[in-house]
Amino acid sequence: MIGQGRLAAWGIGLAALVALPFVYRDPYHLHILVLILIWSFAYTSWSMMGRFGLVSLGHGGFMGIGAYVTALLWNHLGWSPWIGIPVSMVAAGALALIVGYPCFRFRITGHYFVLVTLALSGIVLQVITATRDYTGGSLGYTPNRTAGNKLLALQFDDKTTWYLIALGVWLFGIVVWHWVDRSMARYALEAISEDEDAAAAAGVDVTAEKLKITLLSAVMTALAGAIYCQYQMFITPDTVSGIAVSLQMVFAAIVGGLFVSLGPTFGAVITIMLAETLRIGFGTKAVGWDNLVYGVLLVLFIIFLPKGILGSVLDRLKPQRKVSRAHEQEAVQIAGPGT
Amino acid sequence: MQAFLDIFDVYLLEAVINGILLGGVLALLALGLNLIFGVIDVTWICYAELVMIGMYAMYFMVQYYGVSYFVAAPLTTVLVAMLGAALHYLVIAPLLAAPPINQLLATGGVLFVLQSFATVAFGIDFRNLGIRLPVLAFGEMHFSYARLLSFLAALVGMVVVYLFMTRTFTGTAIRAISQDRQIMALMGVDTRRIYLITSAIGGALAGLAACLLVLQYDVHPFVGLSFGPITFLICVLGGLGNFIGGFIAAFVFAEIISLGGLFSDLEWGYVLAFAFFIVMMFIRPAGLLARRR
Repeated sequence: MIGQGRLAAWGIGLAALVALPFVYRDPYHLHILVLILIWSFAYTSWSMMGRFGLVSLGHGGFMGIGAYVTALLWNHLGWSPWIGIPVSMVAAGALALIVGYPCFRFRITGHYFVLVTLALSGIVLQVITATRDYTGGSLGYTPNRTAGNKLLALQFDDKTTWYLIALGVWLFGIVVWHWVDRSMARYALEAISEDEDAAAAAGVDVTAEKLKITLLSAVMTALAGAIYCQYQMFITPDTVSGIAVSLQMVFAAIVGGLFVSLGPTFGAVITIMLAETLRIGFGTKAVGWDNLVYGVLLVLFIIFLPKGILGSVLDRLKPQRKVSRAHEQEAVQIAGPGT
Repeated sequence: MQAFLDIFDVYLLEAVINGILLGGVLALLALGLNLIFGVIDVTWICYAELVMIGMYAMYFMVQYYGVSYFVAAPLTTVLVAMLGAALHYLVIAPLLAAPPINQLLATGGVLFVLQSFATVAFGIDFRNLGIRLPVLAFGEMHFSYARLLSFLAALVGMVVVYLFMTRTFTGTAIRAISQDRQIMALMGVDTRRIYLITSAIGGALAGLAACLLVLQYDVHPFVGLSFGPITFLICVLGGLGNFIGGFIAAFVFAEIISLGGLFSDLEWGYVLAFAFFIVMMFIRPAGLLARRR
């Protein structure tokens, strides 16, 4: 339960974040902040599943659906993103249910679950590439600039507006994270991630609980994709979809810390700052270097620091919290096929 | 109905046979991955990237140093085998006690490393060997020698692995470990050595696949993504660790891709294959050949 002090800290932090664009207007830095906030939201959405051992590599697919459905509805049917975004979220949710239900019903866990979701992001990527007459294929896609109402088209030119939108969305993600963290579903899911049979025996509806969190996570990821598309006004299959994006989410969430609410945000800050620093420092020579560093870090983190930077730091500060979170000692615990 | 009969002609037959030829290489890839999964209980997400490195090795040996293809191929196989052993030693071994998902994610990190290493070292240009093998015309059908050669070499590779697994002591130990990893240590088998050998064999199979794929496809740092996911799907469809299931699934997938490509774009072949995979997960969640529990 959030104490008075923490609540105050959150309030002050938020006020500072809201006030920031009115005091500090450097467009480049604001751009980076917007990107960090949008990706943080996506990573947070991923981690809501990931922290319960449901490691999905299909979130690139959900993100791609969010981005492409919104943009396609706008360009081809003239539907405003205000309608398009909910439609894309419903589409992603439907896909999550279609894939999730058999997975959970037939107890596809561990490696199998990862690879099935990998197939999912593969499908979305290939469909986007294959329908190149509509989506522009791998060359990318741009929502048409609106001539009319900017609010209706959800297209804004100034960074401050986008910053506030991204901040709102990010905050929404954090609130949902805490809501899940304090709900009964969390205990059910933790029980499931430790032992499905035992959880089922204790009266937890394993399939329903997993489906709920998957649905929530997928829908939020689609929202992240749609917001990213509206902000960047240019999407390619590789930047919003596919296995690389999925792995990027996993990576950032793990580096930041999977089990604390700000962990994925922290991961986003680190990864985006790292990419930008390398890009500025090395220019075009840096192509590939950022991913090289990511990859090495990911391996090192999983071996030496599976709870992520923020998670480990918080643990160091508050050793008593370990008691109630014993399952996190083993990072993402999943019943292997052999068990 | 008429439309269906119209397409039933030489093109269909050609696509079917091309599918079988493609299936050979896919089966080889799936075998390597299955071997590692079955024995070490680890999924190498970066498996296709090992193949990519092997393809680069072939490219540089043949194009830059003028090594003959048939000399370069064994060298590449050995090189990738060493890479596989190194991957196990450096990344998997420290994580053997960790939850399986962490091992999988760590190899995901290796995927990033290999991909960007190739980007940094070799650039993002598409490169090919420049070897143009003739096309075999058979009636009205056309097959490239490259595919035929790959198919045969893949078959030979698989037979060699089969013989190794059944006729040698080490092979027997590997098969035994995949059945019960705890008990084998009590039987006096050094599991660490077996794991290392298995990883090397898995790498060698990736290397062999690289030698064959480089004949048909251009090399670039992201080439792994074009056949990596399909390899995983084949293994899962066949049942992870199930060699025969993986073998059959490889041909099923290759046919779907090949026939899908006949009717529409190649991407739709892949889409069909992916969709088929997800439908199969409903029907047979534990793989094609899994026994009903």
